[in-house]
Amino acid sequence: MYSFDYERPSGVNEAVSAIGEDDKFLAGGQTLLPTLKLRLAQAGKLVDLGGIAELKGISVSGSEVSIGAMTRHVDVANSADVKSAIPALSYLASHIGDAQVRNRGTIGGSISNNDPAADYPAALVGLGATVHTNKRSLSAEDFFVDLFETALEEDELVTKVTFPIPEKAGYAKFPNPASRYALTGVFVAKTAQGVRVAVTGAGPCVFRQTDMEAALSSNFSADALSGIKTEASGLSADIHASADYRANLISVMAARAVKAAS
Amino acid sequence: MTTVNMTVNGKKVSADVAPNTLLVQFIRENLRLTGTHVGCDTSQCGACTVHVDGDSVKSCTMLAVQADGAEVTTIEGLAKNGELHPMQAAFKENHGLQCGFCTPGMIMSAVDLVKRNPNPSEETIRTELEGNICRCTGYHNIVKSVKAAAENMGG
Repeated sequence: MYSFDYERPSGVNEAVSAIGEDDKFLAGGQTLLPTLKLRLAQAGKLVDLGGIAELKGISVSGSEVSIGAMTRHVDVANSADVKSAIPALSYLASHIGDAQVRNRGTIGGSISNNDPAADYPAALVGLGATVHTNKRSLSAEDFFVDLFETALEEDELVTKVTFPIPEKAGYAKFPNPASRYALTGVFVAKTAQGVRVAVTGAGPCVFRQTDMEAALSSNFSADALSGIKTEASGLSADIHASADYRANLISVMAARAVKAAS
Repeated sequence: MTTVNMTVNGKKVSADVAPNTLLVQFIRENLRLTGTHVGCDTSQCGACTVHVDGDSVKSCTMLAVQADGAEVTTIEGLAKNGELHPMQAAFKENHGLQCGFCTPGMIMSAVDLVKRNPNPSEETIRTELEGNICRCTGYHNIVKSVKAAAENMGG
């Protein structure tokens, strides 16, 4: 690792004013630290968010679940409140990476990185979540812009994510057997505003599969999805899977997600 | 340099470290506790697993400064009064290791696993040990060891 300066502020305002052009916020560090170690990235200063109490925690009101940016995957996975309000979200968090990664990694860090194969973007877009920052609130679809790109500005920090509680929701992923990242993951939710189907891992950025949404709106069952294909062009292809393979996985995972929905 | 204070295996330690010092470097090089191994150094193999405030973490993917104020337990901190921890005893009894390189991390993960799942099934053990790689055993005796330890630990 190249050398860097380090600061550990205790409040959001302090953190934001500490960040300069070459600096990076450090959340759980499960992506940033490996990237720095490989010298794929360099930081003048790391501003560690680990000491900011106001960024941690989960609360559930009547209609939504609110999760602080520095809440770890393990805490979302084990939360009795999340399990009862949105079991699919707890299930998703419990399948990110491995146990040690879940003990450090955070929701704010994951979504701010916007890895194309990360799990959380599917839940945010699938549930129609709102991302709150120190400056504004924006819809998940406006937040995730492109490959490793979000709408965040340099001095903008995710503070929490709020998820409307759906009627039912399910998540299914085909994990890369080594990394457990989603080769393809599909999050399906039946909400008051309609059915939403969000796909991660298959393309450069999370996206909605609107043909499936339409089919599930009239009949929320795996059978309704039979015959619906996703166009392979524009999907990702790499050593792990071709675009055609990923396109097929979307259908398979969507059906599994609908069956698992509760 | 940044000053870090932490409690490692029950003992208070303090040092000035460069901010880019990894927790595993601090443990091995400053504290000379070399039971914690560096395997892949890319957050995959789990050989460097230690407990920070009771949770298993990969100490190659955490900065020493992030552990400021924390309680850290390494493999050296498990045995009490010359008695092996039940997990260590079970690995010995069930031949849960061959070359032994992954063993410290495997045991630290397994202790955390049993804390979270006091009576784990074979499937749970295999899934929960996802973050630890062993290139010798084929995992069979590791799983057997964890199951035996969980029973001995009163699961």
